[in-house]
Amino acid sequence: MHEYSLIVIGGGPAGLAAALKSFENLDDKRVLIIERDKFLGGILNQCIHPGFGLHYFKKELTGPEYAQRFIELVEKSGIEYLTDTHVIDINPGREVTIVNKHGLKKLKAKAIVLAMGARERTRGAVQIPGTRPAGIFTAGQAQRFINIEGYKIGKKAVIVGSGDIGLIMARRLTLEGIEVKAVVEIMPYSTGLRRNIVQCLEDFGIPLLLSHKVVKIHGKERVEGVTISAVDKDFKEIPATERFIECDTVLFSVGLIPENELSKKAGVLLDMATGGPVVDNTFSTTARGIFACGNVLHVHDLVDNVTLEAETAGKYAALFCKTPELFQKDQLTNIIASSGIKYVVPQRLNKNFLEPTILRYRVDNVYHNKVVTLINSGRKLLRIKKQHLTPGEMESLTLSEKILSQIDFSQDIILKLEDNSLKGEIYG
Amino acid sequence: MDKITCILCPKGCSIEKKEEGNEIKYIGYGCSRGLEYAKDEFTQPKRILTTTIHVKDGEIEFLPVRTDKPIPKRLLFDAMAILRKIEVTAPVKVGFVVVKNILDTGADVIATRKVNRKSSF
Ligand SMILES: Cc1cc2nc3c(=O)[nH]c(=O)nc-3n(C[C@H](O)[C@H](O)[C@H](O)COP(=O)(O)OP(=O)(O)OC[C@H]3O[C@@H](n4cnc5c(N)ncnc54)[C@H](O)[C@@H]3O)c2cc1C
Repeated sequence: MHEYSLIVIGGGPAGLAAALKSFENLDDKRVLIIERDKFLGGILNQCIHPGFGLHYFKKELTGPEYAQRFIELVEKSGIEYLTDTHVIDINPGREVTIVNKHGLKKLKAKAIVLAMGARERTRGAVQIPGTRPAGIFTAGQAQRFINIEGYKIGKKAVIVGSGDIGLIMARRLTLEGIEVKAVVEIMPYSTGLRRNIVQCLEDFGIPLLLSHKVVKIHGKERVEGVTISAVDKDFKEIPATERFIECDTVLFSVGLIPENELSKKAGVLLDMATGGPVVDNTFSTTARGIFACGNVLHVHDLVDNVTLEAETAGKYAALFCKTPELFQKDQLTNIIASSGIKYVVPQRLNKNFLEPTILRYRVDNVYHNKVVTLINSGRKLLRIKKQHLTPGEMESLTLSEKILSQIDFSQDIILKLEDNSLKGEIYG
Repeated sequence: MDKITCILCPKGCSIEKKEEGNEIKYIGYGCSRGLEYAKDEFTQPKRILTTTIHVKDGEIEFLPVRTDKPIPKRLLFDAMAILRKIEVTAPVKVGFVVVKNILDTGADVIATRKVNRKSSF
């Protein structure tokens, strides 16, 4: 069986950055990336809009440009990669089964990095009654059809969901001459970045209908329209607010789910709140020698954060190849998301690697004037005031050396939201 | 409008324009680029345009492109109409100029992806 030090599954920005960093840190340089698509770059290849790299490169790039920089580094490095190749199985013994036009093959690795990205939730996930006509897409699917395959997917569209993907597609459709009738959002707020609301909707006068839902899709062969309705704060339809919108296309942009079918086979424990693996600050999952980063771990808004996280995963995966004994389970302390915090990643801290660590988290609702508090052993280690928090924007805080030096590792570390009652006080 | 949202980065600062006597003041910007953006946005709003164009003999059929600087917002659809008719031939490198000085805006339209020639086997 062919053996590698590191096998990276997925050639998107997470996989590329993890591979590059581990390659730097490995003596034997046996690194392999496996990608099921025809090209490296992942979802970035279809994200032709600007908005990538501002933090990492201090420059605004499009998705393909951002990807290209890492693809070139990989091509120059001597990292091996396979495209048009699916990973269909991983087992806890770190054997990877791949399939491509040459057939089926098994490979073995000292360490594995999971970087399979996320997939989109579909119409089924939001359960809208009606027939099953043509003209219904997920937003990402439509993005691929338009930006890569070059199809015109319809004439008049309604977009369900106002996250960034939905907003970006509203602009893209408009530029391509497809009339976007409305973006329909069930929540009272958009989870998309403000810049996208301005640039993608307001620029073109596209209505954003908050607290509205699609209650029915009409049409037999092809979509003929949708019925929408206003909803109350419990998401119940408000009687007599129904309205028909004529359209031939409906795009669903209702969230992403980390792609973890393979992770489950490898015996990786998943976090119900993120949908991705439980990891520690080395990005080690609960399966020995298996690491995870990028959207397979938790869904990111910014690719820059994906790259940073993947570099850390790659660095530690290389270290695992040399000194696996440092990655024992009994070295771990839990980091727990509590009141108001939906999730925190990493979920554990390995005390063998007490380097400054970024905790990324999301809140479970829109909040104003709160304090994000880190508690361990009854003590408040950090308090950060926040004017405004929303589930749509990933937040982060750093466990500095100073904070790490104060942690009692026999106790859980708890991250929670508190009311901002103490005025003018900031720690950390 | 006296209030705009800066779109240069995901932070999305809300910037206000205030006139005091004959002095114009901008409030709420988070960086010097934001200030410049606000000045432009209040007088002549500009956007980077990204789209795809046809590519012949390439390993993919559509080439993603963008303007290398923002162009006036009111010209976005005119620029799209021009780009829809353009075709380039592979190979193409990132940064390859597809249209020079589109609509006299001073912006070039450039390729944002490398496209190799289609291998012929
Ligand atoms: C529509 C859209 C717009 C976005 N806009 C922005 C933006 O403006 N700015 C920004 O910073 N970020 C943006 N993002 C976010 C950013 O693009 C993602 O966070 C980032 O691409 C995630 O990287 P990844 O490597 O984890 O996943 P991906 O890019 O999804 O890569 C995962 C790769 O794994 C491969 N794979 C999966 N399973 C297997 C398997 N079994 N075998 C082999 N290969 C496999 C997939 O083919 C894919 O190439 C956007 C995302 C989307 C979807």
